Amino acid sequence: MRLIGSILLVALLSGLSASAAVPTPVAPGEDVLVERATSGSHGGRLVVALRAEPRTLNPAAAADAPSREVIGRMTGDLIHIDRATQATESALASQWKRSADGREYTLALRKGIRFSDGHAFDADDVVFTFRVLLDERTGAPQRDLLIVGGQPIRVAKVDEYTVKVTLSQPYAAAERLFDSIAILPQHLLNDAYEKGAMGQIWSVATPAKSIAGLGPYRLKEYVAGQRLVLERNPYYWKTDSAKRRLPYIDELVFLFTGNEDAQVIRFQSGDSDVLNRASADNFAVLARDQAANRFQLKDLGPSLEYNFLFFNQNDLSGKNLPQVAAKQQWFGDLGFRRAVSRAIDREGIARLVYRGRAVPLWGNVSPGNRLWINASLPRLARSVSEARGLLKASGFSWRQDGQLLDRQGRPVAFTIVTSSTSAQRTEMATLIQADLKELGMDVQVVPLEFRALVDRVFQSFDYDASILGLGGGDADPNGEMNVWLSSGSNHLWRLGQQTPATSWEAEIDRLMETQLVTLDSRERKRLYDRVQTIVAEQLPFIFLAAPHILVGARADLGNFQPSVLDHYTLWNVERMFFRPELRSQRR
Amino acid sequence: MKRVGLIASVLAGLHLLVLLAGFAAPYDPVEQTRTLPFAPPSRLHFVDKDGAFHLRPFVYALTTDPDNFDAYIEDTTLPFPVQLMVAGSTYSVLPGVESRLHLFGVETPARISLLGTDGFGRDVFSRLLHGGRISIGAGLLATLCALLVGLGFGTLAGFFGGRVDSAVMRLADLFMAVPWLYLLFAVRAALPLHLDTRATFLLLVAVLGIVGWARPARLIRGIVLSARERTYVTAARGFGAEAPYLLRRHILPQTLGVVLTQAGLLVPQYILAEVTLSFLGLGVGEPTPSWGAMLGTLQQYSVLTSYWWMFTPAVALVAVAIAYYALTSMVHERMRLVAS
Repeated sequence: MRLIGSILLVALLSGLSASAAVPTPVAPGEDVLVERATSGSHGGRLVVALRAEPRTLNPAAAADAPSREVIGRMTGDLIHIDRATQATESALASQWKRSADGREYTLALRKGIRFSDGHAFDADDVVFTFRVLLDERTGAPQRDLLIVGGQPIRVAKVDEYTVKVTLSQPYAAAERLFDSIAILPQHLLNDAYEKGAMGQIWSVATPAKSIAGLGPYRLKEYVAGQRLVLERNPYYWKTDSAKRRLPYIDELVFLFTGNEDAQVIRFQSGDSDVLNRASADNFAVLARDQAANRFQLKDLGPSLEYNFLFFNQNDLSGKNLPQVAAKQQWFGDLGFRRAVSRAIDREGIARLVYRGRAVPLWGNVSPGNRLWINASLPRLARSVSEARGLLKASGFSWRQDGQLLDRQGRPVAFTIVTSSTSAQRTEMATLIQADLKELGMDVQVVPLEFRALVDRVFQSFDYDASILGLGGGDADPNGEMNVWLSSGSNHLWRLGQQTPATSWEAEIDRLMETQLVTLDSRERKRLYDRVQTIVAEQLPFIFLAAPHILVGARADLGNFQPSVLDHYTLWNVERMFFRPELRSQRR
Repeated sequence: MKRVGLIASVLAGLHLLVLLAGFAAPYDPVEQTRTLPFAPPSRLHFVDKDGAFHLRPFVYALTTDPDNFDAYIEDTTLPFPVQLMVAGSTYSVLPGVESRLHLFGVETPARISLLGTDGFGRDVFSRLLHGGRISIGAGLLATLCALLVGLGFGTLAGFFGGRVDSAVMRLADLFMAVPWLYLLFAVRAALPLHLDTRATFLLLVAVLGIVGWARPARLIRGIVLSARERTYVTAARGFGAEAPYLLRRHILPQTLGVVLTQAGLLVPQYILAEVTLSFLGLGVGEPTPSWGAMLGTLQQYSVLTSYWWMFTPAVALVAVAIAYYALTSMVHERMRLVAS
């Protein structure tokens, strides 16, 4: 037995020294997940260009998109949301049961599977993970999600391969909570946690052998300012239909580029193999490329992201902002907001800003979210005369030269601040500026550096109006709680409310909290439809457009099945492979 | 000498064109035609589809391909001849005086875009002329500021000498060491948002000009210093001439050459500064055109690679800069000849 072990070890070591780790054969009793109807061939390296360098590889600290893009490929979760079907599917938990009262979940874990360093995985790792994430000292961004009804969820070990999760109240779609919560290796991190040093672990410069996870890839090499290389996890717990261990592709390389244009140029020149998201302009450039047959370009239809214009309705008492406070009389006037909404040419935004690769929006749920959209919301076409009627009814009037005046005779003039890094939102603001000019409003567009914009919107409240985008996470309404609850951290138009400022905000609070504890999905849909109706009537956000998700990959990349949910392209990277019959096209 | 006249008249013509932008441009520079984003320059035709020749050029209306964002087809059913002296959008000639007369145009629904349109369907030719007002205006204004301050301090230092001289010159050193870009960022950040963007821009240009006084001041100081020691100045002083008389009569006329050449060098430099400011988002806000703001859209890869007519402000910029530099070097040459 010992002899066989050492032979295996030698084989493994020689494999490591060659190029990438060789997948280990599936051991008897190892409860692997067999991906049905999946076939491909092993080998190759996949190059992806990231917009920026990841800040960390620590799943309990990563908040920036590039870090999460990389960490997502190196870690595994208990219950996963299938990006193609948007339904939950088994991951590290092979199955789960909900108790009759909806407060207890029993999860059966996969037996005999291993972390990427070869160490066995069991219930202790799960219990450890949730203890770390829920500990305030860790400061994990996931912590808020794991607090249900004001109480942190409780995770207890039942036996080596079973855990029980208890919630303080029933929670709709609770199994979706576990998606993307990376299970951490207790054997590597226990010491750091005991010392209270979880914030400092696993930087990008940490040696590869001190990092392990349950994802399809593990760290191989990091070159500061240039690239991060991942190699196959030889113990990954998924196999294809022929019981060959996944992933197919040996190495995953992330290049650091700087911005979207640079990403597109790298993709166009063949330096990278996958383009995670392109603007409509760049998509058109790629489609026009003479050698466009080298790419598979896909328009996945409307994303879940919604872009909107909103006015500053924050409580400004205690802030010395008389200029903004004077204008809040207009911003708080529903007739004013409705007039602005009626005057905006949403079709023009979809056509000019997104080259038609976007849908106009009248509510917070994009048509890309088929399960939850309230299809009965009115889609009011642009009408300047209707808008003028609304303004007149609210007591506004017009000067000889066409300038709009309020009740006190002050000219209506305000600024829209946008992020200077988002050309699209600045373009939207420029179109809206021209639209509102027809109502006699004098609008100025001020692009600001992103951090300065965030500071004004979230801290100083020194702005009149802004254009931002939200959404794009999960399709479920629970992901929107922090936007619509009056106390929510993204309740952008009026932040930091102790009690709801208006009766309709109070009603939204009640509806959102009720849907959270309602287990019947049809009833939840009815409640969330009502929320969408109220939002569309009261217009705290004036919705503009939802852009399509536009992605691309090399023509010979197999099993490339991008999705409208994040991560759009690499969510199934373990199943991707290079088609050998097309490989000759690769340069 | 002939070439000086030629270049001077080209420059004067350019400035006149820009000054009369409202008349020379066929359209309002901020007017959006949302059905025509990134339309290529209009083609002027002389021969219609039946092969008949027309002395008066004409254009066709464009129809869009609904599936293709920036593909356009000419609708050849009806030609639209180019007309001179047509009524169009209203513009102001002087404050309070408005006009609707444009040098040329075509009847709707056709549009004549000599240099195509931008992403909002705005006429690039009209924006180029109107943008020139801001860009060249900024150059002239900043130059005026720099020269006035420079002349004042330079004369002060050169004429009085001694402690005044060293104080002024150390101050000049300080100003030359100021990283002006960061200074402007700081000024812009400190200004409140609700200030009119045009007022903000004028302020920034003035700051830019005032900061730039040091170099002309040094040169002027040198001239004043040497002029002060000339025998005829000493003689005038001996006859009891006061400082204001000496400066006006004998010294300041000597600085004319330097002032003119400095002006010729500074104007294009400050036009470039405006372009830089607008490129970085510190210029006039949308929708007002300026050359820098127009070139700013080239920061997008798709615009850079797809629409050549978006580069035309750069061509105008280069032409104006070369004309200024050529004129300056000729003026400089001539001044030297006169002086010797």
